[in-house]
Amino acid sequence: MKVTPPNIGQLFLGFLQIGVTGFGGVLPIARRALVERRHWLSEEEFTQDLAVAQLLPGPNIVNLSITIGLRFGGIAGAIASFSAILGPPLVILLALLELYGSHADVPQIAATLNGIAAVAAGLVAAMAWRMARPLMQGGSMERIANLSVVALSILGITVLRWHLLPVLVIGGGLGVFLASRYRG
Amino acid sequence: MDSALLGELAKVFAKLSLMAVGGINPLLPEMHRLVVENYGWMSDTQFTTLFAITQGAPGPNVLVVAAIGWQVAGMAGALVSLGAICLPSALLAGVVATLRDRVANARWARILQFGLVPVTVGLVAASSLLLARGAAHTAASANTAYGLTIAAVLFTIRFNPHPLWLLAAGALAGWAGVL
Repeated sequence: MKVTPPNIGQLFLGFLQIGVTGFGGVLPIARRALVERRHWLSEEEFTQDLAVAQLLPGPNIVNLSITIGLRFGGIAGAIASFSAILGPPLVILLALLELYGSHADVPQIAATLNGIAAVAAGLVAAMAWRMARPLMQGGSMERIANLSVVALSILGITVLRWHLLPVLVIGGGLGVFLASRYRG
Repeated sequence: MDSALLGELAKVFAKLSLMAVGGINPLLPEMHRLVVENYGWMSDTQFTTLFAITQGAPGPNVLVVAAIGWQVAGMAGALVSLGAICLPSALLAGVVATLRDRVANARWARILQFGLVPVTVGLVAASSLLLARGAAHTAASANTAYGLTIAAVLFTIRFNPHPLWLLAAGALAGWAGVL
């Protein structure tokens, strides 16, 4: 498939569109927009960029906007993509928050938001389920070991109330050890 | 505007930026621990509500940090917090961007990526437990709230609808006084 590199204005518009149309995480929309609709990247390139963005700390889509912006438009391209992915949705969110701020004590508004919150919690749980799919492959020893790390991480944060850093070090360390043993 | 408070916000979120392995949702329990329990900047209900508003609005998940900053210190708090969580990792991403071809296909990168999946799944699962508990505590009937959460999980896994449909259904249930 032919790849057409964007200029800075196109970078801005492209990431703006990804930012304001994505709900509950924008990565699936980003793939469709960047690969299928705008042809800035091949499927393969997108997968590689995403792998690097996910490996790096920080919000994945923000990392992706920086990486892609930088490649096509240098530092100006990175700034354009970064501000387009965050700026317009931020304005919308702040408007909603101000609206909420002036109505927060209305019981029916609070009840409505609580209904949304209960569902949002479920969406996050479903995301965990989906992210766990690759762990279901492989031999039974590997599966049990990986799921034990999942369980340990949940337990560490919720019941044992560990801080994030030790959970990352222990859970991440064990996971990488298992990956190098079974997937190396 | 209280610049000491803005400084605290910047410090909290800049530190979290480089710990955001696997995106923003894995950070929610740590953010909750800091802004609700440590600093006492908001109640559990407010934290859960801010997350709900963010999910109902378009944009990257990281905007929940702007919402938290807004609750603590208004518009300035939103901008400072969002900047603080994004900039350290964004600078790192800029530096690493040029190395894609060397990183993406490397064996160690694949091992690292796969190896981080279990802890990330655990952290996201812990986030969902925290949010479900928050919504249930606020509801008149905790069981109904948990029921709604579980229904959303099952529906998403089974039918994979657009998240807005489910969020709208939750809003409707809340509005109608079901919870």
